[in-house]
Parts: sequence; structure tokens; C-alpha cells
Amino acid sequence: MSYLPYGVAAWLFLVGLYGMVTSRNLIHLVVCLSVVQSSTYVFLLALGFETGATAPVFYDVPPGTPAVDPVVQALVLTDVVVGVTVTALLLALAIQEHKRFGTLDPHELRAMRG
Amino acid sequence: MNPVVRRLVFLSGAIGVALLLAWGMTGLPPFGVYRGPYGDVINRSAIRERHTTEAVGAVVMDYRGFDTLGEEFILLTSVVGVALLLRTARDEEERETPSDEHPGTVPITDAVAAIGLALIGPTVLTGLSIVAHGHITPGGGFQGGAVLAAGAILSFLAGRYVLFRRVAPTHLLDPAEGSGAAGFVLVGALGLVSGSAFLANVLPLGEAGTLLSSGTLPLLNMTVGLEVAAGFVLIVSEFLEETMAVRRKGER
Repeated sequence: MSYLPYGVAAWLFLVGLYGMVTSRNLIHLVVCLSVVQSSTYVFLLALGFETGATAPVFYDVPPGTPAVDPVVQALVLTDVVVGVTVTALLLALAIQEHKRFGTLDPHELRAMRG
Repeated sequence: MNPVVRRLVFLSGAIGVALLLAWGMTGLPPFGVYRGPYGDVINRSAIRERHTTEAVGAVVMDYRGFDTLGEEFILLTSVVGVALLLRTARDEEERETPSDEHPGTVPITDAVAAIGLALIGPTVLTGLSIVAHGHITPGGGFQGGAVLAAGAILSFLAGRYVLFRRVAPTHLLDPAEGSGAAGFVLVGALGLVSGSAFLANVLPLGEAGTLLSSGTLPLLNMTVGLEVAAGFVLIVSEFLEETMAVRRKGER
């Protein structure tokens, strides 16, 4: 039980990769990439978690109260923002792709025209 | 490559990766047991050194401020990238009079429109509050900026595309996005000017837990909030322009 969150992270990573490899639609592929990215959120937050500890905010609890690791939380914050912007960029690429080739299926893109 | 072969090749690799992950993860301390020293060090020293009650914000904007600068520019770059990719192509033109109606979309019911419009005010206020209190309670520039952007986008969800373009005109968003990024650099340069390091927290620290505390943290939160809000609204309005306002030449 105590390794379950790590297992969830590994599962999200692999299942997202599987979706990307077998994807027949670029929008679906971008969503699968988001699933892969979310595995890093789960993994980082699980690493910093401490049983019985509170959130690393000391506004209404005295300083010195056991709190979870704020460093990994800050990393996840960075991760989320970068994830959103990468998703936006890839979706814009998908729109361009659909305009140029009239399809969203990556399998039909074998003959790329310049 | 045919789909069956593709799947088999992936599965053989994935099994290897899964085994490596399992091997690596079972070597970690079990969930709920925290060993790393850094979190505890920051939790203990953030309030004393920076007079902030929010350790995550202190890491993002202060201890790891330089990384956040890089992240800000990732955001800026991808907004520029989206704008570049979705610019009006040679064989397209913008509709002269954009309207709320778009052929092929389902009309929005009055209930959705009313709730959407009613939520704009509270959403924007919540966003501003999350940005302003980012150094005291959970929140900060990134989180509040995203909520602020949601406020603007609600106007589109309420079926008011024209209103959305009016509350979020590109000629205001572009400078807002840029000055958010530049503001972060300028606040960082305050450290250099006062003879310390770049992004050093040189402003008076104030009393922890009050609005005017934590030195440069609230200022950095505001610049980030501005950039994130403007950036997200820009990205969304680029996508919306693509579907609502751009047509192929010759199309109605």
C-alpha cells in the first residue's frame, strides 16, 4: 500500500505513452501527452508527502509545524504551467496540420510535403 | 508500420521501462516517509528569512526565482509560437464584422449565458485576491493569473464572442504579456542596483502574515499574474479567432 502512489505515477506514464503510440488522432495524442505529464505531478507530490504533515503554509499554524516538502510543490507548479503552454502549442500545430492536409490522423502523414 | 507490429514493439519496450520503474521506485522511501532535507530546511527558514507564511511561494519566487524567470519565458515563447502558428494565412481573411453566431455551433441557452456573465465578476475578484495574497496564503501569480484568464474566457462561454474581444483586445494583451515578463526582470534587477545579486530579496521584509511583507515576493507575484493572465487569454483568443473570425477567401 505504501508504494501505491508511485505505482499510479508509473501507470499514468505508461498508459499515456501507449495512447500516444497507438493514437489515430492528433488531438487525442496531445491529451495522451498531458496524461504522461500528469504522472510527474503524482510522482513529485508523492515524494514530498509526509504522513501527518500539513500544507507548507504557516498563516494559521505556528512555524515549526511538520509540513510537506514545498520544493516539489513548486516544481509541480512549474510543471503544470509548462504543460499547459506546451499543450496549447501542440494544439495550434494540430490545427495547422488539419488545414494543410485535411486530416488529423498521424498515420496519414507519411508523405510530408514541404 | 502496421498497427499490430507497432503495438508489439511498444509493449516490449514498455515492459522494460515498467520493470526499471518498479526497480527504481521500490528503492525510494515508502509513501508518507519524507527523508529529503530541503523541504524541512525551507519550511523552517522561509518565515524567518523572508517573512512569508507561504513556503511554496517563497521557493517559486525567491529561492528558485531564477528558474521561474526561465519558466516565464517558456510561457512567453509558447504564446508567441501559438500566435505565429495561427496567424491569418495567405488564403484566409478575417471576417469584417465578427458576430456571436458561428455557422455550425449550437446556440447557447439563456441560462448558460446568464450564469456565465454573472460569474465573471466573482471570478476576476477571486483571481486578484489569489495574486495579491500569494505570499501569505496558498496562491500566487501563476494560480491567480489562470483564474483571471478564466474570468475573461467566461464572457465567451456565455456566448458573447464580440464581448470577449472587447474585454480582451489584442492591442492591450500584447503589451500586458510583455510587461509582465519584463517586470519580473526589472524586479530582479532591483537586487543588482542595490549592490546584491540578481533577484535578491532587497526590499523591506515587513511583518510576516500582512499584505505588505516578504519584500519582492508580492511584486513578483503581480508581474507573473499579469503575464499568465494575458498569456492565457491571448492563447485562447488566438484559437477562438481561428474558428470564429477567420474564413477562407471566397467563403461567406
